[in-house]
Amino acid sequence: MLKRTPLFEKHVAAGARMVEFGGWEMPVQYSGIIDEHTAVRQRVGLFDISHMGRLMVRGNQAEEFLQHVATCDVSAIPLGQASYGLLCHPDGGIVDDIFVYHLPEEYLVVVNASNREKDWQWLHAHTEGFDVEIVGRSDRWAMLALQGPEAESILIQAEEPGAGSLSVLPFHGVALSALFGFTTLVARTGYAGEDGFELFFDAIHAEDFWDKLVELGAKPCGLGARDSLRFEPCLSLYGHEISDTINPYEARLGWVVKLDKGDFVGREALAAIKAAGPTRKLTGFEMVGKGVARGDYPVHNLDGDLVGAVTTGMPAPTVGRPLGMAYVPTALSTVGSEFDIIIRGKPVRARAIKMPFYKPQYKK
Amino acid sequence: MSHNVPAELRYSKSDEWVRTEGDELVIGVSDFAQDQLGDIVYLELPKVGQILAPGDSFGVIESVKASSDLYAPVGGEVVAVNGDLESSQEAINQDPYGAGWLIRVRPSGAEEELLDAEAYAVFCADRAH
Repeated sequence: MLKRTPLFEKHVAAGARMVEFGGWEMPVQYSGIIDEHTAVRQRVGLFDISHMGRLMVRGNQAEEFLQHVATCDVSAIPLGQASYGLLCHPDGGIVDDIFVYHLPEEYLVVVNASNREKDWQWLHAHTEGFDVEIVGRSDRWAMLALQGPEAESILIQAEEPGAGSLSVLPFHGVALSALFGFTTLVARTGYAGEDGFELFFDAIHAEDFWDKLVELGAKPCGLGARDSLRFEPCLSLYGHEISDTINPYEARLGWVVKLDKGDFVGREALAAIKAAGPTRKLTGFEMVGKGVARGDYPVHNLDGDLVGAVTTGMPAPTVGRPLGMAYVPTALSTVGSEFDIIIRGKPVRARAIKMPFYKPQYKK
Repeated sequence: MSHNVPAELRYSKSDEWVRTEGDELVIGVSDFAQDQLGDIVYLELPKVGQILAPGDSFGVIESVKASSDLYAPVGGEVVAVNGDLESSQEAINQDPYGAGWLIRVRPSGAEEELLDAEAYAVFCADRAH
């Protein structure tokens, strides 16, 4: 039996095509992936992301605990700000990628839907010796993402006068506000490579909230567009670019690992990996030959040896041609290097290019 | 969701349609197929002169999310390929039985097992949800 978010009926009523994702029944598209993708790049799109996990980390040593389990410097996150981070295994492999939001008296941690149970177990396994409490908010709160250049103007219309000042909320800022009269935690974070916000509020208001945003002009968008939108700025998706057997340096996420902040789970292994240099690297590529590379397609070097695999690939809607990301040996990861992608049994030439393919348009 | 299934055409189980026009057969993909795939953004079609056997892959059509191989519902020689599609793939989505035609074939006589419109509609209904 697949899980459903509080907005399931809304998606079905809007004509969404529903698919299974990580144990959830989610909308993959409404009007069409390209239509929705373009709407976010040019105007504003609305995503139901209530399937993601939401945890509150509280207690006298909440910060120390998070500092111990995450690779980012949690002590450097000011109140009212958020940071991208990684949870790593002792061997440096990635348990999950997370966002940590510093709120008054506690931290909100958002995790991937597919890793809800895994992260819950993993975090609890590391609380020993810390005065910390972890409380689940995944069921009590719904979560929406409003992404695109017009997201701010919609939220300003939704905001109660005097409730806050969303126009001055900085990139990665998080603040409590009231939208449509509902208490809402608003974060200037997202996964689309555009300005946008993620909204957290009591799930009981989910349908009402959704309707009011749509009324103001937000276009419902599904997981198909969510994937194509994150792909163009080369954002990682767990299970594709990152996983238990991939370390941050291979994934070009070394910037998320603050080795100098003090000890944390995986630090020793990560320091060694950084010092030695990773043997393979996530590499963006374009097609030289005719074909579309997709996730899991094999990558061969020009001698015909299997050397890696595509993590994500598709015809990029905004950039306008088939692109992809793949793990290849570090020697083949420099811009201009050529390798072959095996597409339906035949090698098709590809060439490494700079990432990101699309420059994120975050609020400055 | 109901799809268009013109009565005069024949259909393969891999969602290609066949229309007889004199000595030649016109081939494309069905309304059901284009709807399942989404907006077509990329395609590869055979060259004129290529000889196909029933069941041979004769190309691919792709959307953002998915690739779909094209399988020859009949055997024969490719005598024409729809060149207009290069600049307007959306014709496959908007008019799959008309402007979205893919290839014309001079048939060899060999065919895959093809369904009539009624049987194909049932076949689609069984798969869609």
